[in-house]
Amino acid sequence: MKVSELSKHALFAILQRGELCIDMFPFVVRVRSDISELAEDIGRIYQDFPVLDSNCFTDFHVEVSYERGVRRWFRPLARFYFDGRPSFIPLPVDQAFPMLEWGINWCVAAHSHSFLIVHAAVIERQGVAVVMPAPPGSGKSTLCAALIGRGWRLLSDELALYDFETKQLYGMARPVSLKNQSIPIIQAHTPAAEITSPVPDTTKGTVALLRPPSESVQQVKIPARPAWIILPHYQVDADALLEPLSKGKAFMLIAEQSFNYNVHGREGFEAVGDLVDSCECFEFTYSRLSDAERVFDDLLARRING
Amino acid sequence: MICWPVASMGNEGVLVQCLRDPRAVLSLDPSGWDLLIRQGRRANLLGKLAVLLSDSGLMSLLPASPTAHLLSALKMAERQNAAIHWEVSRISEALRTIGVDIILLKGAAYVLAGLPSSRGRTFSDVDILVRKSEIIDVESALMIHGWQGSHHDEYDQRYYRKWMHEIPPMLHVRRGTTIDVHHGILPETARIQVNTQALLDCPLPVKGFHNIFVLKPADMVLHSAAHLFHEGELDNGLRDLADLDTMLRHFGVEQSFWFGLVPRARELGLLRPLYYALVFSMRIFNTPCPQSVVAELKAISPSWVFRWLMNACYTRALRPNHASTHTGGTWLARKALYIRSHWIKMPVRLLVWHLLHKAIKTPAKENQFNTQNKKLDAQ
Repeated sequence: MKVSELSKHALFAILQRGELCIDMFPFVVRVRSDISELAEDIGRIYQDFPVLDSNCFTDFHVEVSYERGVRRWFRPLARFYFDGRPSFIPLPVDQAFPMLEWGINWCVAAHSHSFLIVHAAVIERQGVAVVMPAPPGSGKSTLCAALIGRGWRLLSDELALYDFETKQLYGMARPVSLKNQSIPIIQAHTPAAEITSPVPDTTKGTVALLRPPSESVQQVKIPARPAWIILPHYQVDADALLEPLSKGKAFMLIAEQSFNYNVHGREGFEAVGDLVDSCECFEFTYSRLSDAERVFDDLLARRING
Repeated sequence: MICWPVASMGNEGVLVQCLRDPRAVLSLDPSGWDLLIRQGRRANLLGKLAVLLSDSGLMSLLPASPTAHLLSALKMAERQNAAIHWEVSRISEALRTIGVDIILLKGAAYVLAGLPSSRGRTFSDVDILVRKSEIIDVESALMIHGWQGSHHDEYDQRYYRKWMHEIPPMLHVRRGTTIDVHHGILPETARIQVNTQALLDCPLPVKGFHNIFVLKPADMVLHSAAHLFHEGELDNGLRDLADLDTMLRHFGVEQSFWFGLVPRARELGLLRPLYYALVFSMRIFNTPCPQSVVAELKAISPSWVFRWLMNACYTRALRPNHASTHTGGTWLARKALYIRSHWIKMPVRLLVWHLLHKAIKTPAKENQFNTQNKKLDAQ
C-alpha cells in the first residue's frame, strides 16, 4: 500500500497511534505525530512511498509532536523525538515537517555505518550518477531540484549512501529541501512541481519541501553507479563554467562532507579513494538552470557516446 | 542463590534475554527484533550484543536489517577502541616528563588490558587514577599538552576540588576528547571510606608503556562495582553490569580470583558494592559464582529491609532506560536511586546546599544546552 491510498483521516489516525511505517529504502522509518498539518504534508509529499505493516522491523522510530503545557495553546511548539527521547530544541509548530526531515537525516547519518554517508545530492540518468557534495549555500539542492524536473532521477538531495562492497550509491528518494530564493526559482522552473507552503524563519531561512518525482520513488531500490563528482557554485549572473577538480581535492571534499568517514578508519579511506577514482571530478560555476541542464546532459551524452 | 524477600523478574526486556542467551534471537519475529535493537541502542549494548552473536556463530543467520545495526554498532566500537589506544598513548606522552604513574580505570582499562569487556563497547572519556599528591602536577602537564579544564564556575570548582574524588573533566582542545583525573574512587565526602592507598599499591603494568597501569583483577571488579552502585544516573547501568559479568567470567576462570575477592573487598572497604554487584550480575546475567563465595555473600548481606528496597529499585533501574521496559515504579525507583547516590555521596547539610544550588542553577544550564543544540542544527 502507498501513502496516497490512505485517506486524510486514516493517515492521521495511524500517525497518532505511531504506526505509520514508511519504506524509505534502504531504511524503514516509523513516524508518530499528533499534528494534523504534519499528517497532511506527509500525505502529499510522501504520497508515492510504500506503507508497511506496523509489525515490521523499523530502523528508526521518530516522532514530531506538540510540546505539552502552556505552549500547546500559546504559539505552539513541536518537538522531535528519537525513539521516545526528545532530541533537538522544540521549534514553532509550522516547522514540524522540516524538523521531521532533519530528524530523519540525523538518524540515518548517526547510526547507519554500513554505508559511507556523504552530505551530497545524488541524481542519476541511464544508470550513472552525479554526486554533488557541497557545503550549504552552494546551490546543490536547487540544482538537484531543477534537474529532477528534467528527466534525471532523484536519489537524494542531502545524503549519499555509498555501499562499500558494490561501490554503488543509494539515496532514499526523499523530499528535496528548498531554501529561500530557490523556492520561487524552482516553482518557475518546474510549474508542475508539488512544493509545501514555505516555512519562514527556520535556522536555514525559509524552507519548503519538494515532492520527489514518482518514478524516482518507484526506482529507489535500484542503485546508481557514481560517474561524476561535481562541486557546484551558484554565482549571480555567472556564465556556466565546468572546470576539472583534482582528484586530491575531490578526495578531501568527500572526506570533509562525510558524516562517518572517521568511523570507518582505513576502510573509509579506501572507499573515498574508490569513489573518487571511479568519477570524473569537476567544479561547476553557474547562475542559470538552463545552462546547468545543458552541461549535465552534455556530460552524459559524451559518456554514453564516447 | 541468595534469597530475596520478593523476586520480581517480570519485564526485564528482550535485550537482557538475548544477552543472557544469544540463541534467543533465533525465535524473534520482526517486531521482536525491532524492540531488541531499540533497547540495545538505548542501553549502549548493541555492540556487546553483536560480539556475543558473532562469537556464537549466529551472525550469518540473522535478518539483514537488524544485522546492519549490529554491525554498525560494532564498527563504531572498534573505531573507539582504536581511538582509546591513541588517546592513552597521548596521555602517557604528556605525563612522561613528570614521572607519574597513571592507573587507567573502567573503559580505557578494559581496552588497554585487552579484556573481553572492551569488545563492542563505546566510550565517552578516559578515566585515570593518580595519587592525590600528584594531582596538581598531572593537571599542569595535561594543560601544557592541550587539555583544558572545564567547569569554570566558582561553585563547580569548589564542588570538585573540595568534595569530589576527581578534578573537573579536562577537554583536549584539538581532539575534543575528555579525560577525568581521579585521586580516589569515591567522593571524599562519601559515607563509605575507601582505602585508596591499598588500591594504588600494586597495579599491573600495561605492555608497551612505562607509566600506564591498570588495577589488578579483583580491584578492577571492585572499582567497577563501587562505581555502579554509587551512581545516581543509571542510563548505562545495565551496560556497566554487563561489564562486571564479563569480567567475572573472564577472571573467574582462575580459582585464585574468587578466593581473594571477598577478603580484598573487606580490605578496601567495598564489601557492600561487591555484594550488590555479584547478586545482580548472577540474577540478571546468570554469572557463575562458586558456592563458597555465595556463602560468604550471605554473611555480608544487608538487613532484609535494605535487600527488599534495593531489589525493588535495582531490578527496575538495571534495565534499558526504554519505554518498553518501564513498569509501575520504574520512575520512582530511578529517582530513589538518584537520591540515594547523593545521600551516600555527601553529608546531609552539604547535600541540601548542593541540591539547592543545582536547582537554582539549572535554568541557566538548560539555556546553554539549547544554544549548543542550535549550533548543531545550523551545521
